[in-house]
Amino acid sequence: MSAFGPHAGYILTAYASVVMILGGLILMTWRDHRAQRLALDALEQRGAGRRSGKALS
Amino acid sequence: MASLIELANPTRFMRLSSRLLPWFVGAAALLLAVGFYLAFFVAPADYQQGETIRIMFVHVPAAWLALMFYSMMAVSALGTLVWRHPLADVAQKAAAPIGACFALICLITGALWGKPMWGTYWVWDARLTSVLVLFLIYLGIMALWRTLDDPSRAGRAVAILTLVGFVNVPIIKFSVDWWNTLHQPASVFRAGGPTIHPAMLWPLLILAVGFTLLALALHLVAMRAEIMRRRVRTLTIFEAERLDRLAAEVAI
Repeated sequence: MSAFGPHAGYILTAYASVVMILGGLILMTWRDHRAQRLALDALEQRGAGRRSGKALS
Repeated sequence: MASLIELANPTRFMRLSSRLLPWFVGAAALLLAVGFYLAFFVAPADYQQGETIRIMFVHVPAAWLALMFYSMMAVSALGTLVWRHPLADVAQKAAAPIGACFALICLITGALWGKPMWGTYWVWDARLTSVLVLFLIYLGIMALWRTLDDPSRAGRAVAILTLVGFVNVPIIKFSVDWWNTLHQPASVFRAGGPTIHPAMLWPLLILAVGFTLLALALHLVAMRAEIMRRRVRTLTIFEAERLDRLAAEVAI
């Protein structure tokens, strides 16, 4: 704490907020991508995609 | 323009983005590591603001990215309304939460920098208020996407709102010149060159590029997820129609 002087609390809170917001954004984006991938794979395995061309890579 | 039209094919976009993503993530991680090392261990404390200058290294890139993502959304809105590019509204929808997060980071870190330097977390001056308006516009756009089920109808409505909201971008940029604000004027992108010492400028620029690459990587992943969501929606409708036909055949 003392390395950042008398305003260490403000500096550390600022960086903690960045980690929380960006961490949350990365987690949400990754989970959404994974959920859509699983849903698409399940549909294509059931043959739902045959009518409309090849699968997305 | 030709390469943009080529990318209109979602299959081609998915293939290209899967190749680009590891490079974006790797370069972002490297630049952020180097930038934070320089920001914390090489850049000196400011002669007036002391150690609180460390907040600048996340506050300023967040402000730039909040504006950059809104500008990207405005270009995508033109793509939706004028050129009817099939990926334009996908790009726009995927960009909104990312821009909102950077606007929020800008507001929070700005308040935490303002309290020790100005003596207050918040004042209703032109720069702070216009960035708050930007954040609220982002939230409005995200809410509008959720109100309409049909992606193409929602895309057109959001595109109009995005273009109307773009008037706020030059207001944010020039607010410190047009009005008497507590916020300082531009110190990097200005006519006479940067006023920041190179020992602080270089970490700032490296971190700005690192955060930009991270944001673009997230944008690619979010676009891929949105393309797959639309594909899932279409296939679910096809499957429901197929099951309806089978049920009708069994009934006969």
